[in-house]
Amino acid sequence: MRKTEFAIVGAGPAGLSAAIEAARAGVKVVLADENQRPGGQLFKQIHKFFGSEAHHAGVRGIDIGTMLLQQVSQQKNVEIMLDSVVWGIFRANTSHTLGVIHNSKNIHLKARKVLLATGATENVLAFPGWTLAGVMGAGAIQTLVNVHRVLPGKRVLMVGSGNVGLIVSYQLLQAGAEVVAIVEALPKIGGYAVHAGKVARTGVPILTSTTVKEVHGKDKVEKAVLVQIDKNWQPLTGTERELEVDVVCLACGLSPLAELAWITGCKFTDVPELGGHVPIHNENMETTVPGIYVAGDLAGIEEASTAIEEGRLVGIAVAEALGYLAAGEAKDKKTEISSRAEQLREGPFGIARKQAKEQLICRSLSE
Amino acid sequence: MTLLKDGFFDPEELENLPGVPSKKRLIQGPVVVIECAQEIPCNPCEEACHKKAIQIGDSIIDLPILDADKCSGCGLCIASCPGQAIFVVDTTYSDKEAAIQLPYEFLPYPEEEQLVNGLNRAGEKVCSAKVLKVLNHKKFDRTAVITIVVPIQYAMEVRNIALR
Ligand SMILES: Cc1cc2nc3c(=O)[nH]c(=O)nc-3n(C[C@H](O)[C@H](O)[C@H](O)COP(=O)(O)OP(=O)(O)OC[C@H]3O[C@@H](n4cnc5c(N)ncnc54)[C@H](O)[C@@H]3O)c2cc1C
Ligand code: SF4
Ligand code: SF4
Repeated sequence: MRKTEFAIVGAGPAGLSAAIEAARAGVKVVLADENQRPGGQLFKQIHKFFGSEAHHAGVRGIDIGTMLLQQVSQQKNVEIMLDSVVWGIFRANTSHTLGVIHNSKNIHLKARKVLLATGATENVLAFPGWTLAGVMGAGAIQTLVNVHRVLPGKRVLMVGSGNVGLIVSYQLLQAGAEVVAIVEALPKIGGYAVHAGKVARTGVPILTSTTVKEVHGKDKVEKAVLVQIDKNWQPLTGTERELEVDVVCLACGLSPLAELAWITGCKFTDVPELGGHVPIHNENMETTVPGIYVAGDLAGIEEASTAIEEGRLVGIAVAEALGYLAAGEAKDKKTEISSRAEQLREGPFGIARKQAKEQLICRSLSE
Repeated sequence: MTLLKDGFFDPEELENLPGVPSKKRLIQGPVVVIECAQEIPCNPCEEACHKKAIQIGDSIIDLPILDADKCSGCGLCIASCPGQAIFVVDTTYSDKEAAIQLPYEFLPYPEEEQLVNGLNRAGEKVCSAKVLKVLNHKKFDRTAVITIVVPIQYAMEVRNIALR
């Protein structure tokens, strides 16, 4: 059995930021991730991020990832365990033990505090033909194109006009594919108008109130049938239209990857604005199980910029709880971090998340 | 609103934005056109302009407000915008032509003097355009700023190019 003070599951922006802050205060940290390389989603994000200078606005996601990795490598207190799938979590008195498959061997890791920063999983859409080769998630396409530099096909239908659908469309165009259309079931585009604008001006049509009815092909996708829908999501007969495509990319939203959190027995609540069932957590991001914290997409689907701030918050809270930071100092840091996170939850795209987060924290007080 | 339905502006939506200069200012010489219409948390354009022509303020979701008299049309702010929503338009380039600076992230880049297609906000070809300059400073971080020349009537229409 290995021991540490603070174990983190997931080395995405949330997990890395928590490790950096906690280690800076003196906490001994072990950071486990199932991949061969730390960074989570950041190394797929080749576009420039929004926010202000404090949030690294205008910097590409990959470069924010590199910066976090540099900061974490400067901390002697942090050990990063790669190729390490955390499969279980057990509670014993005041500590928790993680079951980890590390380099194909099962090991146990005991920690006083645990952060679950496992990120999200993609939502899929089922329609006739959805199991054909060539129907894939936007995350898979981003990994293929931006990490491995492999184009999954030549003519792509994008399903979903949220920021993910728009950004992945743009990146497919950059990689040389043709995006034949973007379809959106709602009557208006889901993502930022500036993202839509840069795709639209390359000539990609964005078809609102439209969805994919079915996909045909012998062994793989050969064509897709689109249909318009009314405001009750009922197909309008006679509006079907066929498109020749070899890839159908699903960008239909993300849900928190919550299995490990469920295992801990922490309480959940269903918050559609945050992507579904999320662990109830307090302002320190601690769940209803003492010593188990959550941050990033698992604590509500948001962005890398907010995941970074939530991770930092956990790092400070854990350092404080383990006695490495005095209450006053921790409070000042937490206030600063929270106000940076709040800036990202303003405006028409952020306000629902802001309110949902506030309600989560209120709920935690009554649990 | 076509912006939310199709992903591009109709001319009226555009005119009322606080980042878009008046018709009067547009005919006076190079000036920035900021096509940013939604309250999203973002402000790098404000920091990119040393002349303080773009103002957002403490609440970073506010729209960028242009003080067009302070703007020299230098184009430094273009690559800073993660939304690629900033252009510089010079309607005084010649009697019949306008110069447009736009952000561009597709390889290969066009060559200077090359003839390309000028595309509107919907990606339709509206005219032929000549490439004047391709700038790719380190500071622009892999967003090239391309200057093209188009017939003057397309100054507020052409927002992208396609290589032939
Ligand atoms: C196409 C796209 C574009 C985006 N663009 C932006 C943008 O412009 N700006 C922005 O701020 N955000 C953007 N985001 C969102 C951003 O990527 C995520 O919000 C952010 O990565 C969430 O961080 P995280 O640390 O919670 O999770 P992740 O980055 O997903 O990291 C979680 C890590 O945990 C690992 N893991 C999970 N379970 C286990 C386990 N059991 N054992 C071991 N390891 C495990 C995963 O493999 C992963 O490495 C975008 C997302 C997508 C998909
Ligand atoms: S073009 Fe130059 S002067 Fe005008 S707003 Fe941009 S940076 Fe400022
Ligand atoms: S940088 Fe671009 S997207 Fe951001 S506020 Fe300025 S104009 Fe809008």
